[in-house]
Amino acid sequence: MGVEQKLGNMGVVTVKLEELVNWSRTNAMWPMLFGLACCAIEMMATQASNYDLSRFGMELMRASPRQSDLMIVAGRVTRKMAPVLRRLYDQMPDPKWVISMGDCASCGGVFNNYAIVQGVDEVVPVDVYVAGCPPRPEALIHGIVTLYEKVKGERIKDWA
Amino acid sequence: MTTETEITLTPVSLDEIKHLISERAIQGETVLLNMGPQHPSTHGVLRLLLELDGEEVVNCIPDVGFLHTGIEKNMEAKTYEKAAVMTDRLDYLNNLGNNLAYCMAIEKLADLDVPPRAQAIRVILTELQRISSHLVWLGTHALDMAAMSVFLYCFREREIILDIFEMCSGQRMMTTFFRPGGLWRDVPADFEAAVRKFIKLFPERVNEYERLLTKNPLFLRRTKGIGVLKPETALQYGVTGPMLRASGIAHDLRKAQPYSGYDQYDFDIPTFTDGDTYARYLVRVEEMRQSLRIVEQALNKLPLGPVRSNNRKYVPPPRSEIGVSMEALIHHFKLWTEGFTPPKGSVYVGVESPRGELGVYLESDGGPKPYRVHWRTPSFTNMQILPIIAKGHLVADLVVLIGTVDIVLGDVDR
Ligand code: SF4
Repeated sequence: MGVEQKLGNMGVVTVKLEELVNWSRTNAMWPMLFGLACCAIEMMATQASNYDLSRFGMELMRASPRQSDLMIVAGRVTRKMAPVLRRLYDQMPDPKWVISMGDCASCGGVFNNYAIVQGVDEVVPVDVYVAGCPPRPEALIHGIVTLYEKVKGERIKDWA
Repeated sequence: MTTETEITLTPVSLDEIKHLISERAIQGETVLLNMGPQHPSTHGVLRLLLELDGEEVVNCIPDVGFLHTGIEKNMEAKTYEKAAVMTDRLDYLNNLGNNLAYCMAIEKLADLDVPPRAQAIRVILTELQRISSHLVWLGTHALDMAAMSVFLYCFREREIILDIFEMCSGQRMMTTFFRPGGLWRDVPADFEAAVRKFIKLFPERVNEYERLLTKNPLFLRRTKGIGVLKPETALQYGVTGPMLRASGIAHDLRKAQPYSGYDQYDFDIPTFTDGDTYARYLVRVEEMRQSLRIVEQALNKLPLGPVRSNNRKYVPPPRSEIGVSMEALIHHFKLWTEGFTPPKGSVYVGVESPRGELGVYLESDGGPKPYRVHWRTPSFTNMQILPIIAKGHLVADLVVLIGTVDIVLGDVDR
């Protein structure tokens, strides 16, 4: 990548810090084990044998928000659940990202009523929306890859 | 972002829960602990308030409603046909079973006939759904006891079933394939081959799960004698499904009040008498085998013919008819703009879901929308038993007990 190409194999690799950090963030992103409704079943299917999410550095779902970088909001968020969701988000350490999985989490889906929050972006900031009811596992994987693209584009000067 | 006031958690004072906990908790001898709603083993968003004496559960108070979706109310705002879409999202492991209950209620209300081919396909698909639901249960139940491989195997087979659903309806989970008066459309030509392939492969796979668990000493230690449910208690609380059958009562709606032609098929109701977690495991595993038997028989006898009733007041005419018949066009227009209007009255229909008796109560005022829809969901009723079977067990066993009740929170909270 840099000086080692000129000087031969010295056992070191030089790289831009920004790239290295972003690369490591995308290849070991730990999602929070957090299922809400039907979409969570498809999230489990994405984890399981056929779709094997560990190919994307995500085999480890953390049950604790304190150890996770990514919150996949899989399912409908009710008014009763929204404060809990927000608290979980606040407990996650920075940097953190949110994928809103499914129509319900993204916009309320088929439930336009008193009980469902019409889009989880009312409660937490969302990075990637995945459409579908429920989204196919491939769609969720596509959402995750899209998030990786976004993370790779982050700049040092924007890190607060 | 909405106003900050909307997203604050209100703390619960001890006074509010005084009637639920024992004297000792108020004096500070036992510990109150919150479990959930975000917890890996509550299978969704169940919250439990635990009163613990050391490691022992003294009281366990479920707090439901974190997934209350307002489905019943929302269904009343839609026409009968459109409301069918909501039913899939109730118990999301038994989507086709919910469709079936709802369609049967309308059929009973409107005295609508269902052609035999549609009946047989309904049976095949709901039984496949039962297998897939039990597979998810088995996988997650084993995962709760840290047996990861069972989970991976179970989901492998579940994908095959979902592929069959997708082949029929174009969707993996939320199919809405059953419609009042029959099916959305006939199954594709390669449906039979796909199901036959599954029938051939699945028995060996069930044996594989059993080899992993049934005689596994760790699994036995975690399940034998844990959460014993006496038949009397089960009856008192209205517990149904595999929970009841593991306590020695052979009650199954498919046998007790056969619907959709279940009386034509030969199958057993697995029953065990121990009433513990292990017995419930055995019941469900055996049920998968019996379901497969039903699927095979139904497939062998699958009649030819239409898959939708000919009653044009309820079922839209086929596309080919619309071009040539004025009457068909009118029916089509009426059905898709206004919807059908069943006669006044109320019905209750129960079907056997993988979790127990799933009932729907439907009241019609003669209009195109249901006046009242109520769901009698098995998870909600079965969950009442959790505090009773959890009493006196260790916290670690509670995880197993939540799994063994097989609750689906979408079914509990609706
Ligand atoms: S988007 Fe569909 S599958 Fe996902 S939670 Fe909502 S209703 Fe369920």
